[in-house]
Formats: sequence, C-alpha cells, structure tokens
Amino acid sequence: MNGVHDLGGTDGLGPVVIPEHEPVWRAEWEKTAFALFPTNFRAGLFGVDMFRFGIEQMHPAVYLLSPYYEHWLHSAEHYATRAGVIDPAELDAKTQYYLDHPDEPLPDRKDPDLLAFVDAAVKQGAPARRESSRQPKFQVGDRVTVVDDSPRGHTRKARYIRGKSGVVELAHGTFIYPDSAGNGGEDDPQHVYTVKFTGEELWGADAAEPGGVVYVDVWEPYIVPAREESAA
Amino acid sequence: MSTPTNPKVRSQEEIAARVKALEALMIEKGIMTTEAVDRLAEIYENEVGPQLGAAVVAKAWTDPEFKARLLADATKACAELGIGGLQGEDMVVVENTANTHNAIVCTLCSCYPWPVLGLPPNWYKEPAYRSRMVREPRTVLREAFGLELPDSTEIRVWDSSSEMRYWVLPVRPAGTENLDEKALAALVTRESMIGTGVVEAP
Repeated sequence: MNGVHDLGGTDGLGPVVIPEHEPVWRAEWEKTAFALFPTNFRAGLFGVDMFRFGIEQMHPAVYLLSPYYEHWLHSAEHYATRAGVIDPAELDAKTQYYLDHPDEPLPDRKDPDLLAFVDAAVKQGAPARRESSRQPKFQVGDRVTVVDDSPRGHTRKARYIRGKSGVVELAHGTFIYPDSAGNGGEDDPQHVYTVKFTGEELWGADAAEPGGVVYVDVWEPYIVPAREESAA
Repeated sequence: MSTPTNPKVRSQEEIAARVKALEALMIEKGIMTTEAVDRLAEIYENEVGPQLGAAVVAKAWTDPEFKARLLADATKACAELGIGGLQGEDMVVVENTANTHNAIVCTLCSCYPWPVLGLPPNWYKEPAYRSRMVREPRTVLREAFGLELPDSTEIRVWDSSSEMRYWVLPVRPAGTENLDEKALAALVTRESMIGTGVVEAP
C-alpha cells in the first residue's frame, strides 16, 4: 500500500533527535507491547510480514505521532480482534478499568513452555529463508529496473525505488515473499537480491548528495531487466 | 482493508492502560504470561546488546581469517561465537575502508540486527532518520551525529527492506596496535556498527 510508513525520501520530518541517555524500555508498557510480537506469533495470530502490514494500517497521523511500541499494540490488536481471540468491547471495558485502577494486578498464570519458547526463539530466530526450485532470473552485475506500480496490500517495494534502475550487487537465495505472506497468502518463496542505486538515479543530479549510493533489497517480482539506455 | 477513522493520539496513561488490558485478556486466553514479558525485557535489556557486536568487530580486527569468514557469511561467523538468533537469521557485514563509509536504515519499518546490536534506539525507528538517511545521508551524519565525511568518501546506505540484516564493520582506529581483543571491543560503539559513527582511538 502507498502508506505513510513508506518514508524513504520524504521531506519535512524534522531533525534526527538523539537523547543523551535512553533506556531500552522507556516505560513499563513498552515491555509488554514488545512481548506481544513473539507471544502472538507463537499463538499463530500472524507472521512478521502480516505484523508489519497491521502496523501499516494505523491512521497515518497517529503512525507519525505515536511512540514506536504503540505501533506494535495496534498490529497485535488488529489481528487478535480479527481472529476473534479478543472481543473489542471487552478490550475497551478492560482498558477503562485499568485507566480507573492502574495499580490493579494482572491475572496470574504460569506457563513454563512459553518461557522456554521465549529463550529458544531469541536464540534460534525464525528464519524467512525458504527452499524453492525456482531458478534465479537475475545475477550479480545485471542492470534492473524496479516495477513502477502501486499494490494495494502489503509490499516491501518502497516508493522511492519504483521506476528506478540499478545494478544487482548481491543475490541471497529464496525467502518468504511479503507481498503474499503479508497479505495472508502462502510463503511463495522468491529470490531476493540487493540492488545498488546511485543518488543521482534516485533523487536527480541536482538534489543528490555527492558520492552517495543506496542498496535496497528486492524480491524477484519487483524487478525487470533494465531498459536499454539511450546512447548519451 | 478497513478505513481508519477518528485519529487519536493517546497519552502514555491511555496506552499503558490499553496494553495492560490486552495483556490481561491474552493471559486469560493462554497466549501470554507476565513471566514471559519479564524474561523478554530482561534479555534485551541485559543480555543481547551492542557488546556482542563489539566482540565480533574486535575479533575481526585481530584475526584476519575470522574477518574473511565474517565478510563472506556473517551469520555463520557470528555463530562461531555463539551469537545469532531473532532478527539476525541472515546477516551481512559490510566493511568500512579509507574511502567508503557504510550505514544502515530501514525506511519501511525498523529492521535492525538484534543479535549483535540489541533493540534499535528510538531515533533509528522514528520518521526523521528513516526518511532522510537515504536522501541526504551526508547531511544527517554531519548534523545529527557530528560525523563529517569528505566528499571523496563514498557513502553506502543499506535500506534493510528484506529479512537480510546488514551491519557495519568499522575501521580500526590508528594507534591501537598494542590493544588486545577485549580492549578493542571496549572502543566499539553501537553507532559505529550502525554507521552513524566511527570508532575513535582511546
């Protein structure tokens, strides 16, 4: 989707502000919002691509203004309510209850398997690499152009590279295709490549900074062989 | 896809209450426990952080064969040191040299190599860095990070749009020939592995 989350090249968002000291968790609720991702993943509510798409469906103004981990809350809510695991009315009522009684404790439950899962997941990860018999259509050194379209659903084809041409720098093998899995489809493994774009290609000769190149990963359906360049 | 309505920016109290409400319901449904939340928080606060990436960098600086393995397959090389896992299942290390400077960004969300750098700082996830780093990296590095690079230095920005996780092998500073691996690791900052900084001599 052509969403506000697709920020590359957007102007006017202000300076990069770096606090001198910043804890990993700025508030207790951030720990819980973070834990929503691995625990709900384990419960089968989403994969990482769907999780990102849930975030992308936040209201754009709220997306830009909210603290980061509130994005995770939105996505977890989105999928848990859609799956019928959480009743929105019940969630609203409980939210009001905790607003009125912030110090009331949480329900107590033990789950040693979940605890073991947490340690194992952090250590082992959840690889997105998938075997596929698909042969790569491109190889390192090929000049390619990114397809200039506007899919409605989840995609990782950032707007600032659409229609732009670059050179395949790395070929990584086959991975889950976000444009399928992120929209609730199959893994549909596709070859992933790193494409190198010059600043001039992305932003124009006048706006580009000197000596800048950007490397962006693309899945094979995102690219086509580059059009023949006119002899200058 | 539903159309979002009624945009509302919540206060910290409102967010905290809603997160707590969702957690309570998820505990009742058997999906979460407070112990799991605490354990995850503990891991990324005290166990998995940039000290791990720094150890890898220091080893690469002192062991040319390890460095070659790291640049060839970072995931495998890090695994030799017991480092790897979530959000670093497929890592690529890019090397800074006298003429090239690398930096990472995720313009679409917040992708970052957790097993070696821990969770990303907030500025990495906020709109300003994500929007500007691909368009004017030289300006961002100078203004926000005080890193002035000559125009002759090529700046290579890696936009982590796939599940590949890039991070930077910084240049070993001059005058550190007599330092051992441990002392070198202590010099390596998180910013130098993101590429928004360089490693300074002590």
